[in-house]
Amino acid sequence: MTDLSPPDSIQLAARFRARVVFMSNAAKAAHLASALSCMDIVALLYHSVLQLDPLRPKWDERDRFILSKGHAAAALYVALAYKGFIPDAALDTYGMAGSLLEEHPSPKLPGVEAATGSLGHGLPQGCGMALAARIKQQGHRTFVLMSDGECNEGSVWEACMFAAAQRLGNLCAIVDFNKWQATGRSREVLALDPLVDKFKSFGWDVREIDGHDHAQIAHAVEHVSIREQKPTMVVAHTVKGRGVSFMEDDNNWHYRIPTVEEVQLARAELDVPIERSRRVSA
Amino acid sequence: MRNAFAAAVTELGETHPSLVMLAGDIGNRLFDPFKDRHPSRFYNCGVAEANMTGVAAGLAASGLRPITYTITPFNTVRCLEQIRLDVCYPDLPVIVVGTGSGLSYAGLGATHHSMEDIAILRTLPNMHVVCPADPVEVRLALNDALRLGRPTYIRLGKKGEPVVHATPPNFTIGRGISVREGSDVVILSVGNMLATALQSAEDLNQRGVSVQVVSMHTVKPLDDELLDGAFAAKKVVVVLEEHALTGGAGSAVLEWGSAQRVDLRKLLCIGGPDRFLSACGSQRQARALLGLTAADIAPRILSRLE
Repeated sequence: MTDLSPPDSIQLAARFRARVVFMSNAAKAAHLASALSCMDIVALLYHSVLQLDPLRPKWDERDRFILSKGHAAAALYVALAYKGFIPDAALDTYGMAGSLLEEHPSPKLPGVEAATGSLGHGLPQGCGMALAARIKQQGHRTFVLMSDGECNEGSVWEACMFAAAQRLGNLCAIVDFNKWQATGRSREVLALDPLVDKFKSFGWDVREIDGHDHAQIAHAVEHVSIREQKPTMVVAHTVKGRGVSFMEDDNNWHYRIPTVEEVQLARAELDVPIERSRRVSA
Repeated sequence: MRNAFAAAVTELGETHPSLVMLAGDIGNRLFDPFKDRHPSRFYNCGVAEANMTGVAAGLAASGLRPITYTITPFNTVRCLEQIRLDVCYPDLPVIVVGTGSGLSYAGLGATHHSMEDIAILRTLPNMHVVCPADPVEVRLALNDALRLGRPTYIRLGKKGEPVVHATPPNFTIGRGISVREGSDVVILSVGNMLATALQSAEDLNQRGVSVQVVSMHTVKPLDDELLDGAFAAKKVVVVLEEHALTGGAGSAVLEWGSAQRVDLRKLLCIGGPDRFLSACGSQRQARALLGLTAADIAPRILSRLE
């Protein structure tokens, strides 16, 4: 029997995960583990936090969400389809010629706030959007999702100092801290630790959470508002490839494409019916 | 030009309530009048040009009209990828203003020279490259960039350039301004070379050569009508710029002429060499070193006519 009740964010994340596994195979597109890593954060934000109007994608007072780790584009696309910014069927065109669903988000796609994919570009633009809200005396909030490897980029730290100087309390950045970057452990490639202390010393209100615990994610961002004096940094501990046992914490899945058999195995683990895994919009 | 820009942005801030000034830790006193009149629309972004450009894109994506301002190399090539991806890719109305372009800061050394900015920025899709010739054109360029509402780079000199236009000319981005008529030669002068171009024309006039001088303030997009007319009617078409010949305005005209199949033997490009300049002294001395003075230019044009 079909369950017609709307999904909670945890069910939604499972459905999103099943869909991106399928999409990665269909498009032969990499970065699957990066999309799985941040999926609970994306699902929770789009399910319960972001104030959006898919019928008016450029509604001036919408909350802004920038997927600064643009290589996880598939995670954004399933969320945009769930909200109705793009048709569900568009997900089947991911990575194909003629499709705006490229492997990194295009600003031409409804619901995409910034062209990302080159790392370190999201937070400065998020600062601009948060500052614009203050100048225009609007109450909306700006959320920027980054990767830990992305924190290698100097522009991230330039933006951190700017946001603190301008007291952008309506800005919230989230680091998907899965401890991996493309070719190695993020704490080893560059000296990332202690990440929480770094952001604290840069003047941010830092919240350290389990990035797969939906209640913790919701709690960490609920205070974000134009009335706050400090920008919020959520350091979300995550597992790269989360949700699919044979991908979890295995950095080969930064680039590997799942086979048809692996898609079936993943779908079984995620316990999402085939019909559901093909559709993200209820 | 620098003071003209500060005055213009203060004035245009009145008529454009969405105009926001972002500065890279320079021009603090320069923008005091702007800050006094528009306190919520001036932000010192510090010495962090990549972030400043990203902030500008975020403001523009939210319906505001930001201007980024700092010394030319730092506001162009330092943050080139932010200009490319944050501004040009989504085609946002950000105005990038570089001050001290070309050899304006010759004495400060090659770190502060900007002889490649036109070449680099004109390759970016959606970008407009505008080089005002004098303080009058600075105000007009800024005003027209605000009308245009697309990615625009405005290349300023420094302070104290002579005023060439006695009265404000019609100024549209993409349309050159003829400032002197003549029949044998046309000098398409880019940005702050206009006074030198006029002096060269005067020198040539005394040798019996009739020279038109155009302020070709926009390098991208080029003025098709202007170039069509120049190659059809003149014996020599000179492009004069305080910028490297590699990829600069002359190079852009060369590309245009090749596509249009005009007689490119008429083209004479005068600009800087493909090397870093050192020990070149003041702007005046640096120009003399590179042959960018009327005393050098007039004979070169004359020899082309012989």
